[in-house]
Amino acid sequence: MNMTNRSRFMNSLMLHAFLVPLAFLWLLPVYMMFVFSTMGDSAVFSHEILLWPGTRFLENLRDLETDTKFVRTLFNSIVVGLVYTVLSVALTAMAGWAIARYRFHGKLVILGLILGTMTLPFFVVVIPQFIMVARDFGLSNTWIALILPPLFNSLGVLFMRQAFSMLPEDLFEAARVEGVKEWQIFLYIGLPLARPMIAALSIILFLHSWNNYLWPLLITNDPAMMTAPVALGSLIGNTDVSWGSIMVGAVLLTAPMLAVFVFLQRYFLAGITAGAVK
Amino acid sequence: MRLRTTTAYGFLLPYLAIFAAFWLWPIVYSFYLSFMSTRRLPWSFNPGMTWGRIVQDPAFFNALGNTLTILLIQVPVMIALATVLAVLLNSRLLMAKGLLRFAFFAPVVIGEAAYAAVFRLMFNSEFGIVNKGMEAVGLPGIQWFGNPDAAMAVIIIAVTWRWVGYNAIIILSGLQSIPEDVYEAARLDNVSPRQQFLYITLPLLRPVILFCLVLSVIGSMQLFAEPYLITNQGGPGGATETLGLFLYRQGFLNLNFGYASAIAYTIAALAVAISLLNLWLGRERT
Repeated sequence: MNMTNRSRFMNSLMLHAFLVPLAFLWLLPVYMMFVFSTMGDSAVFSHEILLWPGTRFLENLRDLETDTKFVRTLFNSIVVGLVYTVLSVALTAMAGWAIARYRFHGKLVILGLILGTMTLPFFVVVIPQFIMVARDFGLSNTWIALILPPLFNSLGVLFMRQAFSMLPEDLFEAARVEGVKEWQIFLYIGLPLARPMIAALSIILFLHSWNNYLWPLLITNDPAMMTAPVALGSLIGNTDVSWGSIMVGAVLLTAPMLAVFVFLQRYFLAGITAGAVK
Repeated sequence: MRLRTTTAYGFLLPYLAIFAAFWLWPIVYSFYLSFMSTRRLPWSFNPGMTWGRIVQDPAFFNALGNTLTILLIQVPVMIALATVLAVLLNSRLLMAKGLLRFAFFAPVVIGEAAYAAVFRLMFNSEFGIVNKGMEAVGLPGIQWFGNPDAAMAVIIIAVTWRWVGYNAIIILSGLQSIPEDVYEAARLDNVSPRQQFLYITLPLLRPVILFCLVLSVIGSMQLFAEPYLITNQGGPGGATETLGLFLYRQGFLNLNFGYASAIAYTIAALAVAISLLNLWLGRERT
């Protein structure tokens, strides 16, 4: 069956006639988020369907800031996200390196445990984590509490293991023959070679930290130490706060990540698919 | 590879330390807690107050029912949509790839808090854009948050909207790893595109789809942010309270850690059971 140019065109037309409107439908919530953030209450509550942006973004922003300390929570999210990502990459790169490039006693056990974490729901560990951090150590509302516990995330280990296992052994053997120590091989040869994977992983990890809702919700109740998602969540349903300003919060929360996605799509998608297609 | 145990553990130690402290220990401790009555100090060994309570707690069964409802509707629909979408996105005729990728992936990039806020506003029965749209085409507006079934529908719609793109991308990468020769051979044998899809594509996609399925099941069992934020903590009146929300209420609002731990292990057991069931049902039959 030969596809003529005309039937190719028809197929292409139908394909796009379905997909493009679907894409716009999918983007509607995102678009409305931006539109609502520019509207005042009168526009939000009106009976008309308003799809064009208003002009009240700055006023809503000001309202948001006076009602909460939202900018401060954004700062918290950024700091937590950056520190978490750096630490997580460091820890999981080292762990992934060991699993990928060495044989050692207990390797299967370790690997099994790490794989097991991906199937066990977070809820099983969150209660003891909370008891430990909040009650036993009294570390509620601290940076340590926000950054340290989520570091158990094992996605990075599997990711880095895959990255490092693709590297040629001869390279490292050559270095060993020269007397280069293992940690130097890791730091000066292995890591640089895995740079693209590290970039992809960093983005995934930062996104994970940025959007993390449950743990920061549990471990912070001081508005000055909350992360942005938690602060935003606390505004929803609060009738004193206008929807416009809530949406400004939502926009401030999501715009950075959307921008990162647009510019670094490659790394994002590499990260998602690498984990899946083993 | 030479055996280098000491070196390996040198590299592993920092991660393992965190892992042990925040994963291994909590698993054990959580199990222990699930047998303790924690309503009063001092905590005492009393499985009747935890495991004994679960099997007769109507609130638990309500949450279980809600979670299973969401699971049984949302997961298959979403996976089916994601598969169709992946196939369409795989077409060689496709243009505007950037727009489409952005459109379907943006929901994942947006965090739970932000998208919950938007959905809550969009589905508001008085001035939400969904009802306004329905009324504009002559349909009566729905009490999305007042009606239990409608509230459930909002959750399902929201979660599906969020994850279809993510799963589609994963399935798409699976599709792209199917070699073209297979389809060539089929075309030469006069196999129709529909048959190609059913008898070649789907079977070859089985591992990837199963992977997405298991991930989705595990995710659905833990659903928390959506019912907490969109339907206002499981409203109306607990109609959308999921197991995740139920656990949160028991563990962190009532501070009943023992009971909550029992709930947590129940969720885990169910998630594992359903996942295993899926893997077994989807196994290769040769």
